[in-house]
Amino acid sequence: MALTAIHKMTLAELQRKFTAGDVSATEIVRAYFLRVAHVEPKVNAYLTQCKDAAVAQAERLDQSLKGWRKTTPLMAMPLAVKDNICTEGVRTTCASRMLETFVPPYDATVVAKLRAQNYLLVGKTNLDEFAMGSSTENSAYGASRNPWNIQTVPGGSSGGSAAAVAADECVAALGSDTGGSIRQPAAFCGVVGLKPTYGRVSRYGLVAFASSLDQIGPITKDVTDAAILLGAIAGHDPRDSTSANVPVPDYLKALKRKDLKRLKVGVPAEYFADGLDPEVEQAVRTAIEGLRELGADIREIKLPTTDAAVATYYVIATAEASSNLARYDGVKFGLRASDSKDLLEMYLRTRAEGFGPEVKRRIMLGTYVLSAGYYDAYYGKAQAVRTLIRREFEAAFETVDLIVTPVTPTTAFKFGEKSQDPLQMYLSDIYTISANLAGLPAISLPCGFGKAGMPIGLQLIGRPFEEDTLLRGAHAYEQATNWRSKKPQVR
Amino acid sequence: MEITKQEVEKVAKLARLALSEAETTAFSQQLNQIVTYVQKLKTFSTEEVAPTSTVLGQTNVFRPDEVQASLSPEQALGNAPDAEANCFRVPKIIQES
Repeated sequence: MALTAIHKMTLAELQRKFTAGDVSATEIVRAYFLRVAHVEPKVNAYLTQCKDAAVAQAERLDQSLKGWRKTTPLMAMPLAVKDNICTEGVRTTCASRMLETFVPPYDATVVAKLRAQNYLLVGKTNLDEFAMGSSTENSAYGASRNPWNIQTVPGGSSGGSAAAVAADECVAALGSDTGGSIRQPAAFCGVVGLKPTYGRVSRYGLVAFASSLDQIGPITKDVTDAAILLGAIAGHDPRDSTSANVPVPDYLKALKRKDLKRLKVGVPAEYFADGLDPEVEQAVRTAIEGLRELGADIREIKLPTTDAAVATYYVIATAEASSNLARYDGVKFGLRASDSKDLLEMYLRTRAEGFGPEVKRRIMLGTYVLSAGYYDAYYGKAQAVRTLIRREFEAAFETVDLIVTPVTPTTAFKFGEKSQDPLQMYLSDIYTISANLAGLPAISLPCGFGKAGMPIGLQLIGRPFEEDTLLRGAHAYEQATNWRSKKPQVR
Repeated sequence: MEITKQEVEKVAKLARLALSEAETTAFSQQLNQIVTYVQKLKTFSTEEVAPTSTVLGQTNVFRPDEVQASLSPEQALGNAPDAEANCFRVPKIIQES
């Protein structure tokens, strides 16, 4: 098989070829690292590449398969992992100076699950520092670029993972999503991104940003691949006390139905208000018509507290971040500022040197909203409004099975366009944040292209633990359209 | 609602962040902008609405208090900026009087 054909395959296709013995693990590794060497200078998706380990692993696998070909579903599949997910023995930086040399002594549970299947780690992908941002511009090691137009951002914070998938630098990737960090970059890069229900996937080994919002999820070339990868990482984990003890269904089974008959899909008017770019609105409205043609019962719904979501999120997420990031004190791991005369000075200088501007800004905001005299007015109030947001979704899901919305107000923006204005950057998360606040699963998938040729995403939001319904809806739409056949040129 | 530079300095101290003069000025202005935006939460009535503590009704999880495999001292200290005799080493905390 020609090496250049390998990197174009989906995970499902590559699995079939590998299982049948049509392609070897060594060929897969060679094909992918050729591709990475070719496009990485333009895309900059990876912070660490794991070529030597992957080559050695592939040779071992090919050797062990001689004679009797017994494979596991993800065996030899070249995956990328966001660099805030711990990988034993492989540097995990969170795109921060603070963790520049941090080598985890253990695997995150999701990575342990992949490793148990003998996957191949291509590398660790770029992100906004500690997953705080929407463009990867907050990475301490330079931004990643959007394969569709390298003058524009890939989105964030999982921008490296989304760019790597879009540019065929891995067959699929893991990201993390706290306020849209899987779905927004997936939309910007024209790939599929799924944020599971809070608790569906273990957070053990995910470097904590905002613990009540964070979830790990797949970023893939199509919906089938998202179903495969979600199935591989989902499930209860005693090491994460918030992980849910809910059975994991066979997500591929959910894809068997090709129509959406008897599925009720809600369209919230609040997601089509001011600030939504007309070309995005048009693509999403056309996609909603597509869902109707597939048999879905489309209904108008109301989610009036949507307007409070960004404010609620930036109080809760920063409050949790300020607490979570207190651990970076220069004592047990990470950077330590040199020559401090006492402990307090060491803390102050270590954190000043180790964190970038956005992380400092969020620690400051979080510390402020939690400080004496402001706690009730900000943090307490935000948690109460969060209850309102959750209740609205609960009420909506009594009448509909899925909710359909845009993922982002615009297509990918240019570098520097929003990086000087934190609030504008935060407001671009408006459509993705609510699913995190309510703990709901949500998926982003391609639904068209803007005038400048940049991808547009469609978001489906589902009931808790109903990722199967989400995947069914997304798959039916995907199969009825052909957006995924268009690939970026990367130039 | 005004977050003064003095207030930024106080918060920075609580957060254990040494800020430069330029950062203090920038954060004062940016935090004002963000906190002003967050004021919109006041327009949503939350009387008799319980704040969210767990998003999907999670409860405390207990397990038997049994010894399980854990990191070795070498692994635990492997990323330490400074270590000695199986301990994390830090600058002197108690000064001689």
